[in-house]
Amino acid sequence: MALIEAKNLSKSYGAIRAVNNVSFSVDRGEVIGFLGPNGAGKSTTMKLLTGHLRAESGCAIVAGFDVSDQPVEAKRHLGYSPEGAPAYGEMTVREFLRFAADLRGLADPAERVRATLELCRLNEVAAQTIETLSKGYRMRVGFAQAVIHDPAVLILDEPTDGLDPNQKFEVRRILKDMAARKAVIVSTHILEEVGELCTRVIVIAQGEIRCDESRERFLQRGEDLNQVFRKLTA
Amino acid sequence: MSSPSENPAPKSAGLAAFGAILRREFAGYFRTPLAYVFLAVFNAFAVSLAFFVGNMYEAGVASLDRFFLYHPWLWAFLAPAAGARLWAEERRQGTIELLLTWPITVWQAALGKFLAAWLFLACALLMTLPVAFTVGWLGDPDWGVILAGYAGSLLCAGACLGVAAVASALTRSQVIAFVTGFLACFILVLVGYGVFDELFAGMLPSAMVDEIRRLGLWRNLEPFTLGLFDLRPAVYFVTVAFSGLGLSTIIIERR
Repeated sequence: MALIEAKNLSKSYGAIRAVNNVSFSVDRGEVIGFLGPNGAGKSTTMKLLTGHLRAESGCAIVAGFDVSDQPVEAKRHLGYSPEGAPAYGEMTVREFLRFAADLRGLADPAERVRATLELCRLNEVAAQTIETLSKGYRMRVGFAQAVIHDPAVLILDEPTDGLDPNQKFEVRRILKDMAARKAVIVSTHILEEVGELCTRVIVIAQGEIRCDESRERFLQRGEDLNQVFRKLTA
Repeated sequence: MSSPSENPAPKSAGLAAFGAILRREFAGYFRTPLAYVFLAVFNAFAVSLAFFVGNMYEAGVASLDRFFLYHPWLWAFLAPAAGARLWAEERRQGTIELLLTWPITVWQAALGKFLAAWLFLACALLMTLPVAFTVGWLGDPDWGVILAGYAGSLLCAGACLGVAAVASALTRSQVIAFVTGFLACFILVLVGYGVFDELFAGMLPSAMVDEIRRLGLWRNLEPFTLGLFDLRPAVYFVTVAFSGLGLSTIIIERR
C-alpha cells in the first residue's frame, strides 16, 4: 500500500499556477528527493500533502486517509517540518518537544521526549530556549518534532538548508536509519543529496512533474547533475 | 492491514491536544515580563480609576459599582493587549504551519487559545479582590452583588477577547492586531454612552437607535453590578465572545 498518494493536485495563487495536476505515490521504504528550482512548487506540493493548504482539485492521501476529509487521522501518521523549521522561540527545546508529544496524545510523552532528544543529539541544548539556538540546532529541533511520534509518513521541506557539512551528514544519517520503515519526502536543491539519501527522484518545475524515476536512472542521465537539473527544469 | 504508524495515538487524542494548547498558551503569558506588566497595569488602573475618578471612598457606600463602572474601558484596552498574540504571533513565527499540520482541528486550537487568554484575564481580575475585601472591612456590602459584579466583568472581558481574537486572526502583526482590536472594543464602549446617537438618528428609526445603544458594554455590565438578575446581558456577552471565537476560527481555516 502506498503511504503517500498525490492525485492530480492543483493549486493557484491568484493568476499563478503553483502546482498543476501533480500525481505520484510513495511506498514504505522509499525516500523521495523532491528537486526543483525555487518557486517551482515544491513547498506548495508539500503543503497540500500535509493539509496546510487545501487543493483546488485533486486529493492527497496520507496513510490511507484523505487529508481534506479526515485531516486529524491523516495528520496523526504524518511528521512534517516546514521550510525554515519554525518553532515557538520562547520555549526551551525540551518544553517544545513535550508540547508536541502532549498535543499528539502520545502514550509515554516523557520517554518519547527523552528518546527524541537522544536521537537528534539535542541533549546539550535541551534546556535552552529555541530562539537562542544556532541554525543547525534549530533545524534539528524542527526535525525532532516531526519524528517524535515515529510517524509512518515523513515530509521535510529543506531539512538541510543552511547547515554545515557535518550537520548535513548528521541529518542524513538519522534519516537513513529510519527510512526503511517509512515513506519519506525530502525537498532540497542540493543535488549531491540525491545520491546519498534518496531512493527515488521527483523533479518539479513550474508546478509540473518533469521527471519521476529511481535514483539509479536519474544518476545515469549524466555526469554533471547540475547540467541534468538545468535541462530538466528549463 | 496493520496500522501504518508504529506509534498510533489513542482515541482521546482530541482532548489531549486541546489540553496541551490550553496549558502552553496560558504558560506562554508568563514566559515574558509582559504578563507581569499587564497584571500591574490592570490593577493600578482598576483601583485608581475607582478611587480617584469614581470617588469610591468619598461616596461612602459599601458597594463596588463605582469600581466596576470603569471595567469596560479597562477590558477594551487590555483584552486586545492580551489577545493580540493569539494568532498574529503564530503567523509571524511561522508556527501556524506546524499547529495546523498537527492532529488537531482549528476549532480545538482556537478554543484552547481563547480559554487560556480568558483565564489570564480572570487572573488579572482576581488580583483586584483586595478591593472587595477592603469594602467588606469598612462596611457591610452585599456579597452576592459583588460576586455578580465580578461574574459580569469576567463575561465582559470574554466579549472583548472575542473581538480581539478576530483582530489577531487577520494579521501577522501583534501591533496591528492590538490597535484594531482596541478600536473595535472602544466603539462598543462608546455606543453604550450614546456617542453615535446623532449619527444614527439621521439614518435609522429611533427605536433602532435605542437598540444599538443596548450593545454598549457598560449597559450590559451595569445590571450585574447592581445585582439585578437579567439573562439578556449575559447572553449578549457570551454571544459576542463566541461569535468572535467562531469568526476567528473561520478566518484561520480559510487562510
